[in-house]
Amino acid sequence: MMKSAYISNTLSYNPDLCNGCGMCSVVCPHRVFVQNERVAQLVRARACMECGACQRNCPTKAITVSSGTGCAYAQMLAALRGKKEACWDIKNNKSCSS
Amino acid sequence: MTQPTSSSITLKNRWDHFLVRIGYRRKWHRVSPGLYSLGRPNSESPVFVTANYTLSFDALRSSLKDIDCYILVLDTKGINVWCSAGGELFSTEEVANRVESVSLHKVVSHRTLILPQLSASGVAAHEVKKKSGFKVEYGPIRAKDVPEYLKTHQATQKMRQVRFNPGDRLILVPVEITNTFLPLLITTIIFFIVGGFLLAAGWAATVLAGLVLFPILLPWIPTPNFSTKGFILGGAVALPFALAVIISKPDTALWQKIVWALIYLTAFPSITAFLALNFTGSTTFTSKSGVRREIFAYFPVIACMFGGSILGMVLIIVLRHFGVR
Repeated sequence: MMKSAYISNTLSYNPDLCNGCGMCSVVCPHRVFVQNERVAQLVRARACMECGACQRNCPTKAITVSSGTGCAYAQMLAALRGKKEACWDIKNNKSCSS
Repeated sequence: MTQPTSSSITLKNRWDHFLVRIGYRRKWHRVSPGLYSLGRPNSESPVFVTANYTLSFDALRSSLKDIDCYILVLDTKGINVWCSAGGELFSTEEVANRVESVSLHKVVSHRTLILPQLSASGVAAHEVKKKSGFKVEYGPIRAKDVPEYLKTHQATQKMRQVRFNPGDRLILVPVEITNTFLPLLITTIIFFIVGGFLLAAGWAATVLAGLVLFPILLPWIPTPNFSTKGFILGGAVALPFALAVIISKPDTALWQKIVWALIYLTAFPSITAFLALNFTGSTTFTSKSGVRREIFAYFPVIACMFGGSILGMVLIIVLRHFGVR
């Protein structure tokens, strides 16, 4: 049996590029980053769900992550259609969460 | 041009929320994009930004009781804040374009927008500033925390952390049932015709366990992966039906009873595991790469178990047809 599929992720952080703006710690919904006096600290890397909010709001590109939806239905549907996955399907009136 | 709105939730709004929760015409629960005024705002009043999904808009405006403000509603195609941000509908461009189209710089004298935190996966705050001249401030995750946030414009750690408590999970159940009701009804009838009451009842019970019990019991089912949690739950539900098939049917040969029991013990857990795997998208914590690993590891197992059990079912029915008892 496979160990946790969620034990690793694609998050990567280069503190040398951080300008200390603190946006990553503001936008992360899982407190993966905390802001100390000078730069951000990656404190809960395993909790990252790859939403991409930190990467998008990092002005110095210190954070990279292969973001996307953690939805099996969306991923399987995207694989069948050969399109990028999305957590909503406007055409078929489906959305995973509210 | 601003449109007036209020913080009160009417009976009509509540009916709309009910329809959303049961999954009725999910794409039609929309608010017209544009700028709304709540109370008696002036040029100093805060501007909140939200999605044009009725649940998102209503959650925000109902939490802003006695607060004079503006609400800028984006065109997110009737999708909630987090999902639309993930799909880049609640995006940097949409924020900047909407600010421009409602001429916000003429309505307010300050240059600050308050966005929901969960929109950050679609919006780059520094890019919005460049494109529109407005600074983005990310408010709390939940609209109900906005009044507290407004006192200091600082969110507590609790306000910034997403949750997935029993209430959050339970509220997803009706829409899951609605989406699955017709296929469940059809397959249950087919199984009743093919295998009788036990098979049909076991099938319906297993699917309902995957749709209702799984979200409720999620944190307490052992193993870290959704599929394996589904196998465990499905196995627990299938077991009494498998035992019942051995005890009942006195006119059936023992080997056939054992085969039927094995069919129950493979078909039912595989469907629960599949439903559990699909529930990943409803949670607030599964990652894209993790779900991908789960699909590659467990989907072949699920498919083989289900396919094998259906094949077994067909074989035993064909044998029965030819008089093998």
